[in-house]
Amino acid sequence: MAKSDLKIGSRYEYGFHDKLRPVYAIPPGLSARVVEEISAVKNEPGWMRQLRLKALELFKTAALPTWGADLGGINFDGICYYLKPSARRAETWDDVPARIKNTFTKLGIPQAEAKLLAGVGAQYDSEAVYHNLKAEWQHQGVIFLDMDEGLRRHPEIVKQYFGTVVPLKDNKFASLNSAVWSGGSFVYVPQGVHVTIPLQAYFRLNARNMGQFERTLIVAEEGSFVHYVEGCTAPVYAVDSLHCAVVEIIAKPYARVRYTTIQNWSNNVYNLVTKRAVAYEGSVVEWVDGNFGSKVTMKYPCVVMKERGARADVLSLAFAGPGQHQDAGAKAIHLASDTSSNIVSKSVSRGGGRTSYRGLIKVAPQAMNIRSKVRCDALLLDGDSRSDTYPTMQIDSNDVSMEHEATVSKVGEEQLFYLRSRGLTEAEAAALIVAGFIEPVAKELPMEFALELNRLIELEMEGSVG
Amino acid sequence: MPRLLEIRNLHVAVEGKEIIKGLNLKIKTGEIHAVMGPNGSGKSTLAQVIMGHPAYTVTSGHINLSGRRLTEIKPDARAARGLFLAWQYPPAVPGLQVEQFLRSARNAQAKIRGEPILSAKDFRPVLEKNIKILRFREDLLQRSLNDGFSGGEKKRFEILQLMVLKPRLAILDETDSGLDLDALKTVMEALKKIAATTSIMVITHYPRLLRYFKPHQVHIMTGGKIVASGDSKLARRVERSGYRNFVEAHG
Repeated sequence: MAKSDLKIGSRYEYGFHDKLRPVYAIPPGLSARVVEEISAVKNEPGWMRQLRLKALELFKTAALPTWGADLGGINFDGICYYLKPSARRAETWDDVPARIKNTFTKLGIPQAEAKLLAGVGAQYDSEAVYHNLKAEWQHQGVIFLDMDEGLRRHPEIVKQYFGTVVPLKDNKFASLNSAVWSGGSFVYVPQGVHVTIPLQAYFRLNARNMGQFERTLIVAEEGSFVHYVEGCTAPVYAVDSLHCAVVEIIAKPYARVRYTTIQNWSNNVYNLVTKRAVAYEGSVVEWVDGNFGSKVTMKYPCVVMKERGARADVLSLAFAGPGQHQDAGAKAIHLASDTSSNIVSKSVSRGGGRTSYRGLIKVAPQAMNIRSKVRCDALLLDGDSRSDTYPTMQIDSNDVSMEHEATVSKVGEEQLFYLRSRGLTEAEAAALIVAGFIEPVAKELPMEFALELNRLIELEMEGSVG
Repeated sequence: MPRLLEIRNLHVAVEGKEIIKGLNLKIKTGEIHAVMGPNGSGKSTLAQVIMGHPAYTVTSGHINLSGRRLTEIKPDARAARGLFLAWQYPPAVPGLQVEQFLRSARNAQAKIRGEPILSAKDFRPVLEKNIKILRFREDLLQRSLNDGFSGGEKKRFEILQLMVLKPRLAILDETDSGLDLDALKTVMEALKKIAATTSIMVITHYPRLLRYFKPHQVHIMTGGKIVASGDSKLARRVERSGYRNFVEAHG
């Protein structure tokens, strides 16, 4: 483990890595042959192979974004695009190879599954190593598989929706994901079924200079409900890794989908994710997006409200420490009348870290009675850190109620001294102030995640004061 | 009685400017002292310096609590040794729940002192008792720390913290200002309950508070020094004729 990385930053307790010989690995670099090899290893139908090749062409011709964070450090030829850690996917933890199981046990996944979750998926580098959905939900027709297994068992559903929410040519990284995707989750909730406890997926990047390209598709049929939770970590290496995911959600009329992410990448990961939902009549899509760690994150969860009465709720949380840039935000696209969006962004910067809120509110000309509210609060822990807000509004309708509020505050010396005068150390005091600041987001998380969040903040704060 | 607080020849500067200029003060266990003085005399600075505010530099002299030197240790360690400051203007921390804050503070001190940590369940009755004494509504515990509190609520909440943390020495910085008569009575009753175990240093501009308290000693501070000390008659003199005589005599 690279100790020097830890000195400049805060403690990152998931920085360990396993010495593991993968059962299948494709050498670094990207070409049509690599894409065909991935598709062949997975024994995919021809249409998926064609889709991948088409996406590869789009990736090659697309330029890197000229806005947002600096992506100049990514070496696409140095990245390993596919690495299979184990021969098969297990349905009980006992069948997961011991070293990998050990990793997930350290991360607390099997323990959480037993107590709190409806189903769990665990992905290690490119492939899922474990997937299980409790029988109760299987009986009601809920499908929760890793994406590869979803494609094998339910090709008709995957073919119907794959790439419809995030088209292959959407952006360079969506094209890349479409070309080399592996793993991710496939969730299907039948009409009227309410999955009352969360489904969770856990993504672990283990190998050096690895790219993880999971692809997630969630289809919630009419009047259904599902809460999907994902967590991510990676080891600390001196070489940068790339996490480039695509998430597509289809919320049918009156469905409600909540998607919660707590990402805690190590400081050498480029985290470039396209997350988008299509919301039909009267449906609700909620993104709760917590971004810790990574070197660079660019992520703007989006809801396209296609039919009357749809609602979008986005809670975005970003924490940037030394050398980190969190460029995060949200997009709400109002294509139909009576739709509403509510975006709350909270960002914390310390030790020279940089956070940006980047948001888009778009209202189509024919959309009437639109309500949209955006609130961005930034907290700076010291004078070296930075926060920026880039809100964009494209309002083509004249029946819109818009609110936008943005604040930037600094942790005050008086606040710190006040808490210290009550017996709290400087780090404890700073952690309580930050926890208070993000409380509006934390209270929306499942309890275990809220506790995890507080713990993450405490760890971050330990490194922030001397 | 042993000496609880001893300040000897204290000099304090902020940004190179001297604010406290050779101050001496001794408080014994079980005593109540009042430090009075006009605005800008350095009273609040003294309170903050004793607590360890990082903006102030002690250029010479020292502060001892129970015979141990405070000057070199951090504010949190001072709190754990039994020092408490009721702030004149307590800052707000939005989103930090009062209950969580109180329990964190109480347990942080217990941890340093090697005393048992209280669970949320065991801590609740302690809180509820003091909430009643200080006439807060039950919903206080769910509110954010000092956030949206009225002036009077902030002052009462400082005293609630004092009751929960049970220090050996409490410094009350202008606690009486901003309190209406009913609230002042509530606060005084609370303070009487702890006076047996906590010594008190009251910092005040107005002598009003001293009608309720009977201080063992009254000190007049002006120009960064204590210029006169005496019994409660001294306070009455101030009440009659103000600080002018002291200021003129000592500049």
